[in-house]
Amino acid sequence: MPKVKVPRKSTNVDMTAMCDVAFLLLSFFILTTKFKPTEALQVTTPKSVSTKAVDAKNVVLVTLDKEGKVYFSVSDENKGEKEQVIDLVDQLKSLGLSAQEKAAFAKVGTYIGVPFSQLKSYLQLNPEQMKAFKAPGIPVTDTLNNEMQIWIRAAATAFQGKKMNLLVKGDNDAKYPSFKGVIDALKKNEIFKFSMITDPEGVPPGTDLYKKNQASGGRATDE
Amino acid sequence: MAEMDTSSKGGGHKKGPGVKKGKKLSTRVDLTPMVDLGFLLITFFIFTTTMSQPTAMRLFLPKDTDKPEEQNKVKASGALTIMLGKSNGVYYYEGELAPDGSNFKSSNFKDIRQEIISKKKNTNPDDFVVVIKPGPEATYKNTVDILDEMTINEVKRYAMVDIFDVELQLMKRTEESAGIK
Repeated sequence: MPKVKVPRKSTNVDMTAMCDVAFLLLSFFILTTKFKPTEALQVTTPKSVSTKAVDAKNVVLVTLDKEGKVYFSVSDENKGEKEQVIDLVDQLKSLGLSAQEKAAFAKVGTYIGVPFSQLKSYLQLNPEQMKAFKAPGIPVTDTLNNEMQIWIRAAATAFQGKKMNLLVKGDNDAKYPSFKGVIDALKKNEIFKFSMITDPEGVPPGTDLYKKNQASGGRATDE
Repeated sequence: MAEMDTSSKGGGHKKGPGVKKGKKLSTRVDLTPMVDLGFLLITFFIFTTTMSQPTAMRLFLPKDTDKPEEQNKVKASGALTIMLGKSNGVYYYEGELAPDGSNFKSSNFKDIRQEIISKKKNTNPDDFVVVIKPGPEATYKNTVDILDEMTINEVKRYAMVDIFDVELQLMKRTEESAGIK
């Protein structure tokens, strides 16, 4: 019987194509990645079944850190409103802030976590000192001296005619009284609508909302 | 693919005894490490990409009013009062709190859902209302969780109210007897 000759094939695979694909994907991921902005305030938000994305326009952000300290900031996109807010606060509390101190507030990424008594000295700090500054938080738990009320009033006035998007971003471990202080400040200003920033979470099966979502064909409901 | 044609076929070079033959070097590069590196970086970027956007949970607050005619009266029988305590503790009672506190029960975040569902089933939908009373030791997470529970169970009427002293005392006593610090 004649021997069947099996041609010996090389086991060398051409890697070029694979390399091309790998780097194509790599460039895609590099370009689409949006790194989490480094935040000065470390806040871990709780989870909720809400599916609505956060609206990033005209944001007024109230942050609660894990010790229950309250901070206030206005979105950097609304520079005009930001300047107005500090002007109004200056007038309402007659703090006598200089133009330079006001400019410090209008700068990118500034957030306020100090009582009015310390606001002037806080705004005089340079950016590095500001970062290292251990803010005591805006006092809110005292019903008679709820300073958040002034901030919210200033913000509401500055955003007049626009839809102010009030967001509350709280840490899991923040205690309820400081959250209540924020709610009280909002109520006093007749603001009854606000949103809380949360991380998405699946709806537990078997519940009413789950059934409703199933019935609507798995479409995300608005609320 | 990853090689260049180094042979000089058809070139002007003449072959012959007088022409020195240059050593032909292969330009074939082993691309395997490069592929490895590529995929390593891909995995890195996949893992660091934040896919989930934060969501917003809306909350509507009622207006504080002193006028009795504007206040929503809660029919006591249809109310379920949920209190939030220390260390993720949940306490609840149905209807009105008995003077001796006998209908004051403790629960947790897992079991409270069943309680809400059964109460919802057994009550006239017009009367059903959940009253949420977070205590001073409750965390923000607890508050959001219980509000979320309202959404999950489609409770249409709920209110966030300050906790009463009686309830706070009762809660503290229950916590103490359960050894929650």
